[in-house]
Amino acid sequence: MELILFYAFATVLVVAALGVIAVKNSVHAALLLVLCFFTTSGLWLLMQAEFLAIALVLVYVGAVMVLFLFVVMMLDIDTERMREGFIRYLPVGLIVALVMLVEMVALMGVRNLAIAPPGDPAGASNTAWLGKALFTNYLLPFEVAAVILTVAVVAAIMLTLRKRGGTKYQNPSRQVAVEARDRIRIVKMPSATQAVQTKEATP
Amino acid sequence: MITLAHFIVLGTVLFCISVAGIFINRKNIIILLMAIELMLLAVNMNFVAFSRYLGDASGQVFVFFILTVAAAESAIGLAILVVLFRNRATINVGEIDELKG
Repeated sequence: MELILFYAFATVLVVAALGVIAVKNSVHAALLLVLCFFTTSGLWLLMQAEFLAIALVLVYVGAVMVLFLFVVMMLDIDTERMREGFIRYLPVGLIVALVMLVEMVALMGVRNLAIAPPGDPAGASNTAWLGKALFTNYLLPFEVAAVILTVAVVAAIMLTLRKRGGTKYQNPSRQVAVEARDRIRIVKMPSATQAVQTKEATP
Repeated sequence: MITLAHFIVLGTVLFCISVAGIFINRKNIIILLMAIELMLLAVNMNFVAFSRYLGDASGQVFVFFILTVAAAESAIGLAILVVLFRNRATINVGEIDELKG
């Protein structure tokens, strides 16, 4: 049963991956990549890596691929010109990929790797197992990962930030530094009412 | 029964597909970024498989970090892409030759 599921998922994954690199439309490629990630998450569930399977769906399908789709739709791409050289590079790409595949499989010696999975530890959850490793041996890398994410957020915003002419905006430092004398001006001048009264009294 | 070899071969196939994708889509930088994501996915598949079959949590912790770094990388890469398109009105790799490389 598990083997049937594995082959079904693997077939979908390989076909979708081939689609990603072969379709003409970038939006279709992004959607096929979503299918790839989803199928991979299913395969990871078969390997009982539940936490990572959910994290893959959340991070990739939920965030990264949505970002890709936004960017693909924001840019006005001339697909015909992008495709030039596709046929020309097709043979060399296929040859390199096939040679790499044969080399890697030969190098690893598939028969040596035909190990059965170890028995499931009773009552142990994958998330707890991963969390224990993450917060004991790998605490420092975990903190560094947090810093990397913060840097990425700041960098992405700074890269795409731009000042347009004619937009209205507030400057908080000037707002805080303002004082009463910047807002109103008190002018000392002689009162006008007395002059009017004397003028009326004369005739 | 699914053995380790099944997952390793699947990861290898995925990696080779994405290498071919980089070769044949060398003009379209968005597809190139997607092929890089596929490569990372293949590597992650190997990590998870070895972690599961050797019973060691380190592999899955590394997948966690790879996911983090890949998310940061694609966010910055796409930001650079948007800025590039705004300045040059093209993302064709053949026309990006400012650095005369």
